[in-house]
Amino acid sequence: MALLDIRNVSKNFGAIRALSEVSFALEPGEVVGLMGDNGAGKSTMVKLIAGNFPPSEGEIAVGGEVCHFHKPIEARGKGIEVVYQDLAIADNLTAAENVFLGREIKKGVWPFRVLDKQAMIERSAALFQELKSETRPRDLVKKMSGGQRQAVAIARTRLSQAKLVLMDEPTAAISVRQVAEVLELIRRLKSQGVTVMLISHRMPDVFAVSDRIIVLRRGAKVADKHTSETSPEEITGLITGAIRAA
Amino acid sequence: MPPEPAKASIETDHAAITDVVENREQTLLDKLFASQAFWVTIALAILYVGMALYEPNAFGTVENLANMTRNFAPFGIMAIGMTVVIITGGIDLSIGSIMGLVAIVAGLFLTWEYPWYIAFGAGLAAGLICGAVSGFFVAYVGMSSFVVTLGMMAIARSLAIVFSGNQMLYKFGPDAPIVKAIGQWRWPLHTPDSWLPHWLPQLSSHFWTMIIFALVAGFAFNFTAWGRHLFAIGGNEQAARLTGVPVDRIKFFAYVFSAFTASIASLLILGYSGSAINALGQSYELRVIAATVIGGANLMGGAGTAFGAVVGSALLEVIRNALLMAGIDSNWQGAFVGAFIILAVLLGMQSGGKSLIAATIERILPRKHR
Ligand SMILES: Nc1ncnc2c1ncn2[C@@H]1O[C@H](COP(=O)(O)OP(=O)(O)OP(=O)(O)O)[C@@H](O)[C@H]1O
Ligand SMILES: [Mg+2]
Repeated sequence: MALLDIRNVSKNFGAIRALSEVSFALEPGEVVGLMGDNGAGKSTMVKLIAGNFPPSEGEIAVGGEVCHFHKPIEARGKGIEVVYQDLAIADNLTAAENVFLGREIKKGVWPFRVLDKQAMIERSAALFQELKSETRPRDLVKKMSGGQRQAVAIARTRLSQAKLVLMDEPTAAISVRQVAEVLELIRRLKSQGVTVMLISHRMPDVFAVSDRIIVLRRGAKVADKHTSETSPEEITGLITGAIRAA
Repeated sequence: MPPEPAKASIETDHAAITDVVENREQTLLDKLFASQAFWVTIALAILYVGMALYEPNAFGTVENLANMTRNFAPFGIMAIGMTVVIITGGIDLSIGSIMGLVAIVAGLFLTWEYPWYIAFGAGLAAGLICGAVSGFFVAYVGMSSFVVTLGMMAIARSLAIVFSGNQMLYKFGPDAPIVKAIGQWRWPLHTPDSWLPHWLPQLSSHFWTMIIFALVAGFAFNFTAWGRHLFAIGGNEQAARLTGVPVDRIKFFAYVFSAFTASIASLLILGYSGSAINALGQSYELRVIAATVIGGANLMGGAGTAFGAVVGSALLEVIRNALLMAGIDSNWQGAFVGAFIILAVLLGMQSGGKSLIAATIERILPRKHR
């Protein structure tokens, strides 16, 4: 059974049709690249799956069960973790505070149920180390580089046993070395049976880790091909519209 | 504050990065110097000592200290509530009017000879309802806090005037002594046989209430998930929502809490004066906002402390009192408070994560000297 089933999903923002009748399924342990030009509807797809807003038409099923998410936490409850394109980070908080935002570790009993800051700092430090990122848990995010901020957003997805990790351009602002780490992380997730949907404009990255590549063009799905059966040239053509569909 | 050299070098190699990044973590001292509340505390101390030396028999007396701490305490209490709202990125203009309404409702029940706790409970309920209405429209309907609380400011004041029949209420029935005792209670007391030294001021119930509020709020800001979420909402509301923070509920509660602090302040003043007027709290919102901002809260949201709220209120009171002692017409107060609010926002304007004061001091006093 498919882990995630997108059935004829459309999304309108007023007069703008960001997605139109898109269908695809993701299997457990599969890595799928989602590609498309700017404004093709990739982030909209991610936000639909993550429960930011409901689809205008069609339905989304997780583990065979149709879900109507109204809030991101509901999707998270189903094992869906997201790295948002804008990273969803509060600048005035530290790295560790951001990693644990919305699911803080607490200790003690009410009314003295307080944050376990030390535990959160240690756990974040371990996650950053795993990502080989020079990010320090106590530093304010405001003062961090783009790559460090991205590490914070990625570290979040490692807090729980996710079944599906959606990554919206996780490699956009980071160094070559860290890109390798993120790709390695994706492979590790896959080996643990976690499904990953990777959105990126970087063709080599997508080809390096994906089993399958889905291409969106102007909100419609124009291709869904195994990586071994396609080429960067063909995908480029599909993205730009030089090739109609495949 | 160290410079930001790390960005470029991350690309290259591992060892170099740690060398460069090493000193980026803030020390406690750095944080202290970067905090506006710290500099305001110093300004407050200098001003107080200076004035006490200049006018030892008027300003510098222990009685005047007790008076000043009682005078600013209601503002300090409300500034703590305002801080909560301002951290979320909102503003509450209705607190002064809520004070008037709470005083009139409680005063009416006392006039009707209800026991004091019923009267206080009714006043508190009226205040909390105002806060809940504002909170509902801001948090759940998504209206601007400025507009909603401006509306509530007019509504609550108008209700206070209507309910009071535009009369001052002071015939408080059998529980009048209890009400007065609450408002005029002091500790520690200077009794003739007391072992207490006389330089210790007899601090009012207003002051101690403020201290309790400040301690509880300070604890909540720093050690609870609620506090963490408050700052996250002010920093990036959308991010807070996406990560599962109950944004709407927390914003709603912020306005209820602000109204709660206004209600408590109102009841203390009611007890102290033994009367209720519908004009109570008029233009207090401005002083409270000024105090909050002077104490380091950022009107854009995401920053503020309970300590700063208290210190900001204290500074305004010391200035007000000093002006009074210097024989300056009390009608000038508004001009000073207004000028201060502008100055405080100017000083608090964030320049690269530090206050303008900290940035200026850094320029004058380079890091290696500290
Ligand atoms: N909240 C919104 N309200 C209105 N229109 C929106 C909203 N979100 C997205 N859109 C529109 O939907 C379309 C698809 O946007 P989307 O962000 O999904 O593109 P994308 O494929 O992620 O692009 P990029 O590569 O630039 O990130 C765009 O035309 C965009 O303007
Ligand atoms: Mg996008």
